[in-house]
Amino acid sequence: MTCEYNLYDPSWCPGCGNYMIRKALKQALEELEIPPHMAVIVTGIGQAAKMPHYIGANGFNGLHGRALPPAIGIKLSNKELTVIAESGDGDTYGEGGNHFIHTIRRNVNIAHFVHDNQIYGLTKGQGSPTTAMGQVTTLQFDGVKVEPVKPLALSLTMGAGFVARGFSGDIPQLVELMKEAIQYKGYAHLDIFQPCVVWNKVNTFQWYKDRVYKLPDDYDYTDFNAAYEKSLEFGDKIPTGILYKVEKEIYEDRFQFIKEGPPLVDAVLNPMDAEKLMKDFY
Amino acid sequence: MNYSILIGGAAGQGMDTLAQLLTKSLKRYGYFVFKHSDYMSRVRGGHNFIQIRFSDKQVYTYEDKVDIIYALNEETIDLHKDRLKEEGIILADTAVSEYKDLLLLDLEGTAKVAGNPRAMTSVGMGVIIKLLGLESEEALKVIETTLKDTIVEVNKEAFSKGYEMVQSRFNLEKLQDERILIDGNTSVALGAAAAGCRYYCGYPMTPSTTVLSNMEKWSMDLGIFTEQVEDEVAALNMALGASYAGVRAMTGSSGGGIALMSEALSLAGIIETPVVIVNVQRPGPATGLPTRTEQADLRFVIHSGHGEFPKMVISLRSVEDAFYQTARAFNLAEKYQIPVILLSDQYLADGETAVEPFDFKNIAIERNLHEGKLPEGRYKRYLLTDNGVSPRIIPGKAEDKIILVDSDEHDEYGNITESAAVRKSMVDKRNKKGELLEVEIQEPWLIGEDKPDNLLVCWGSVYGPVKEAMEMLQEEGYSVGALIYGDIYPFPTKLLKENVSAAKKIIDIENNSTAQLDGLMREFALIKSDVRILKYDGRAFSVDELYKRLKEVVE
Repeated sequence: MTCEYNLYDPSWCPGCGNYMIRKALKQALEELEIPPHMAVIVTGIGQAAKMPHYIGANGFNGLHGRALPPAIGIKLSNKELTVIAESGDGDTYGEGGNHFIHTIRRNVNIAHFVHDNQIYGLTKGQGSPTTAMGQVTTLQFDGVKVEPVKPLALSLTMGAGFVARGFSGDIPQLVELMKEAIQYKGYAHLDIFQPCVVWNKVNTFQWYKDRVYKLPDDYDYTDFNAAYEKSLEFGDKIPTGILYKVEKEIYEDRFQFIKEGPPLVDAVLNPMDAEKLMKDFY
Repeated sequence: MNYSILIGGAAGQGMDTLAQLLTKSLKRYGYFVFKHSDYMSRVRGGHNFIQIRFSDKQVYTYEDKVDIIYALNEETIDLHKDRLKEEGIILADTAVSEYKDLLLLDLEGTAKVAGNPRAMTSVGMGVIIKLLGLESEEALKVIETTLKDTIVEVNKEAFSKGYEMVQSRFNLEKLQDERILIDGNTSVALGAAAAGCRYYCGYPMTPSTTVLSNMEKWSMDLGIFTEQVEDEVAALNMALGASYAGVRAMTGSSGGGIALMSEALSLAGIIETPVVIVNVQRPGPATGLPTRTEQADLRFVIHSGHGEFPKMVISLRSVEDAFYQTARAFNLAEKYQIPVILLSDQYLADGETAVEPFDFKNIAIERNLHEGKLPEGRYKRYLLTDNGVSPRIIPGKAEDKIILVDSDEHDEYGNITESAAVRKSMVDKRNKKGELLEVEIQEPWLIGEDKPDNLLVCWGSVYGPVKEAMEMLQEEGYSVGALIYGDIYPFPTKLLKENVSAAKKIIDIENNSTAQLDGLMREFALIKSDVRILKYDGRAFSVDELYKRLKEVVE
């Protein structure tokens, strides 16, 4: 039961945070004893989105910005699968912003890992939705002129029941956060800081390392107001860990036939089952 | 025999309910019925009208001339009085009009006596049923079973009072009724339900919305996941996720929504994941005429989605065709692991038609999922095979197999690659499936004369008016036949080629301005029409109009 798979060498740059995230993901799936054929990694497009190619689990590498919709389609069709949506900050908060908002509203039982390096990698260094105002990039020569998205504050205010932040430089913590997110019943948003060694010369490994701190053990992650305050803390100190976690009804359970029946994919299809619908038209 | 009733007024005057009751009643009296709504994109006011045509023979379209006009306002009389047949009747409330020679009755006053002035349309319905010479029992039953309990009695009373107000003018009889009354969108939804569709999500867009609302209505009963999602982009991407996981999935919209789906359509092409998409066309460009009809998206859907990949486009010709072709589309999508696009339009979508009940026993579900043992080792989702179709399995069902699909160009495992050799072999693989489709496609229907002097060509919902207009010309002794395209991409050419050699004139009939079918004929069969009869004012052809325009050109 291993997700190890060495068929291809990742095309990530040496030193990229994605290696650490992959290591943590593999470890989390193995420790949870989820067999590879029961896990699906769904991604969009970008460096982070190449994850399904470098891990031994089912994979759906779809379109830029569109990791969440197929993830939802998969989970609703087969509730027995562990579904993890994974993509970068541009993919998730930019191109896929609309899906992000509405996925939170639904609260489908999936985990969502966002590789947040505050820059576009694959397209070579343009500003992303989380790049700081004023930061000079390969496209924004005079500096970024719009304010960054605050991903955790956004998901919290939209009603997400699980909101967390990790850092690729702290694998043991990241493994635990991933396991918590996968096991959480509902939509779990985990934003993961990772340095982009080539394109982001501001938010470097050291930059993150100097700022991140773990939320204390006595932090009450069921306190929304505390979580909201923590979600906006983004300066000299940036908290990591579970900011918010409460129980919520999941979307699937609002459909009786999904909640109580077998997975949709196991339905026995018979045209005659629909014949009775015709009675309304006589 | 052949009669038409026109009901006209402003939005919000209760016309829809009246037309629904009247159409259903006429079907119950044993007639073939076709109901056509001409409505504006607004909720209150404006001028809307509904035409109900009925006959003892199958009808799929409306006619210009009408026997009875029920005018709920004066504007209706102004706009439509010239369409009245010689023996025709205009019915209106005394308050509506001061026109002479109308059947002016105190409909509203009578409704007040019956208990509620809002039941006025039921008084009018009673009048109409009596004018037709039909007994009242069936209509009363329809009122009883259709309206809300709280308003049944007052409407029955209103109907009966109306029925007593006039003498019979047409002497119609009750015939045998064993038909269903259904519109194009409902037929599409029913076809999907019969085919075992378990996922249908969409975003509301006129005139496609009722496909979604029907699926929603049946969702709990049949276990179909339906939802109004955030946008059409999500709708198709979700469908592809569902299909990847092994569920039969479909989505639909109208032009603008289909445009938003084109990126994901391309995704379906490269990940070779089956999906069915219905485009209920309305006139564009952009918002165009939201509540009206056109057949202008043929080229658009054929070319929709960037890059080269096989897809199939099927146009729907009637409500029966909509049912059977929708069910068939799911089999084709899974057999070739491709997107299949159904082309309907507002005219077909909303036109309620009385037809023989659909034969569910005739629907076969062919999943074409791989069964049996696969080779040891890692599963190749894109195994190169002789015909381009790879054995498809779904995730979670085989312990030693994982399934990887990828929107990047990929190798046989589904892993991203930039190898020139692999790229070429994958393009060839996908194109081979397109070649299989060319064998799979069905030739158009040939109606009327085989190898006629005048060969009509058309596609989709224009079938209704073309069939009737052609029959009128045949009765007059013209040599005429028609090819009605259903499967339209890949483009079937066999019957066309067989019939053109004898034809003196090829007449292309389409509900668009650029003769898109004619373009396909030239591209794929090197055949050009001689005459084009095009209509692009947002309205469908009436039988009379098409007959007239054909008459000018047939030899």
